[in-house]
Amino acid sequence: MNSIIRKITVAAASALAMVSAAHAADITGAGATFPFPIYAKWAEAYKKSTNIGLNYQSIGSSGGIRQIRAKTVTFGGTDAPLSGADLDKDGMVQFPTVLGGVVPVINLEGFKPGELKVTGEVLAEMFMGSIPKWNDAKIAALNPGKKLPDQSITVVHRADGSGTTFIFTDYLNEVSSAWKDKVGKGAAVKWPAATSVGGKGNEGVAANVSRVKGAIGYVEYAYAKKNNIPHLQLRNRDGKFVDPDDKTFAAAAAGADWLSVPGMGISLVNQKGGDAWPITGATFVLMYKNPTNKALAQEAIKFFDWAFKNGDQMALELDYVPLPDALTKVIVETVWTQIAK
Amino acid sequence: MNTSTTGSGTLDQQGLDGAKQLGAFMETDSGMLDQQRLNIGKKQRFQDFIFHKVTLSFSLIVLVSLIGIIASLAVVAWPALQKFGIEFIWRVEWDIINEEFGAAIAIFGTLASATIAILIAMPLSFGIALFLTETCPTWLRRPLGTAVELLAAVPSIIYGMFGLFVFAPLFAEYGQPALQSTLGQMPLIGPLFGGAMNGIGILAAGLILAFMILPFIAAVMRDVFEIVPPILRESAYGVGCTTWEVVRHIVLPYTQQGVIGGVMLGLGRALGETMAVTFVIGNSQRISASLFSPGSSIASTLANEFGEADDFHLSTLFALGLLLFVITFFVLAFAKILIIRTERAKGLKT
Repeated sequence: MNSIIRKITVAAASALAMVSAAHAADITGAGATFPFPIYAKWAEAYKKSTNIGLNYQSIGSSGGIRQIRAKTVTFGGTDAPLSGADLDKDGMVQFPTVLGGVVPVINLEGFKPGELKVTGEVLAEMFMGSIPKWNDAKIAALNPGKKLPDQSITVVHRADGSGTTFIFTDYLNEVSSAWKDKVGKGAAVKWPAATSVGGKGNEGVAANVSRVKGAIGYVEYAYAKKNNIPHLQLRNRDGKFVDPDDKTFAAAAAGADWLSVPGMGISLVNQKGGDAWPITGATFVLMYKNPTNKALAQEAIKFFDWAFKNGDQMALELDYVPLPDALTKVIVETVWTQIAK
Repeated sequence: MNTSTTGSGTLDQQGLDGAKQLGAFMETDSGMLDQQRLNIGKKQRFQDFIFHKVTLSFSLIVLVSLIGIIASLAVVAWPALQKFGIEFIWRVEWDIINEEFGAAIAIFGTLASATIAILIAMPLSFGIALFLTETCPTWLRRPLGTAVELLAAVPSIIYGMFGLFVFAPLFAEYGQPALQSTLGQMPLIGPLFGGAMNGIGILAAGLILAFMILPFIAAVMRDVFEIVPPILRESAYGVGCTTWEVVRHIVLPYTQQGVIGGVMLGLGRALGETMAVTFVIGNSQRISASLFSPGSSIASTLANEFGEADDFHLSTLFALGLLLFVITFFVLAFAKILIIRTERAKGLKT
């Protein structure tokens, strides 16, 4: 009897030890949902080559900030960057990891992807409800020769708070003073249009847009591409109409001055450049300068270093845009060096 | 005569002997094993004591966690309650960026969708339960009853997905135009069925909720209808009552309490249902005259906004949660009062 108990205890103890050993090597992170697919893909490949895993929980940007402040994770992920003052107060550093684009998508009979053109101002008015119908003169003026139906516009937005909404409203805020006065920017805003519908997650918005006739919504580029939902062409700051793809996202990032803001928390919307897609955003990682677990923090840095060096192709496959090499060099040399070893 | 007297005498004698023997046995037994019996008694009393305390502590866990939940909700909700006061309940505002909040939109969505669900599910499940217990052929009873119970076991997210991807497109294409061209043309209730036809909104949420709670109410009603004593039922049929008369005058009065209980169970589920509602209610923070228009319920607002809420917004969400708690409490209390009233009316309790 005793020996059985002893055996069980030993087995349980060793099982526990194995579990904790496996966990000890795992990097933990939590935050934005936007980069989750690419972090997961990087983590899988990284685990294969180094045997160190990454456990990233996509709980949303605010959740990520909360978790890193509570020190339950090694790094937090956020789409809405913290200000330099906040970073200093918390003793944290911030750096971007990957870029992506947000795309306005429509459900309008007879229109294929990229066939309808709008400017940022018109887009803002459509989302505000002040352009109620698709055959409005302002849309027609931008699309000469196109036959626009006499159909009401149904706005589809994210029902949950989201970094995607943050990037999208950041753009509308930038290009439309009416939007800035009435709505503002944030992970969730008060949608002013009289006929607006909320969908949960990118997939919820995509499902609603493809279901409701005359709908307009916004999703991450990957969802529009995957579900083949028609997107709009947008006029960028240089006055050129552009389609969203990895090249136009990269063009938006190329013109950006990352070091103009402490913590690199610049906004990438409405950037200069003839090919720049105007609704581009980066996702950021937050880490403590003086982490509680220094070894794990170094592991996290190694992971991102590996991802910057080997992960570009994987990012492109998932319709993200890797950071420019010049930028990753700055991150390695000036940001990571601030984290205590 | 003689024989019988002797016979009974012998029997009496035998009985007396038996009693004496038993008495002697008991006497010796008590004399010899008094201590043992005392011990057994002590042991049993101790077991009862332990059993009592253990079950008491189990039920106290429920009470303690209930108080704990209310307290923790109230503590986190305090900043929001303090800022808006009682006005929070009827304030029609939900502006996250400017931190202006009111619960009226979510309360309206919750109550409206739950009311629609109950209005549809109650008569339907009543019919189902009646059919199953009164008029259903015996061979069909089992499979139909099991089907109803299986429907009750379907997870709510499945109803949500069904609602968004299957029901809503059909509802927008056929259901809503039909409603608008008929009920929508009537005075007074016409505006309820006006507006854009997206297939999702308060009405769609109510319909999906009705689907969800229908099997619950039907299963409870069937169970209580079945406990009506056959003798009552058969006597009524015997004096020539029709099936409806039996139901109206025998089954319903006998099972009133259980029927109300079943409906309230369904209502409770409809009020708190989260995922299915979030999928189809449209998640838009506004109150509109039309039932076609999207809205939001307390539970759907919580589900949508918790992930990205911080500080004051989070406090407001907790306040919403507290309100849902209070609403559900009042609904249950109302059900209890209703049950007590009907019992009093019947003279069962004074």
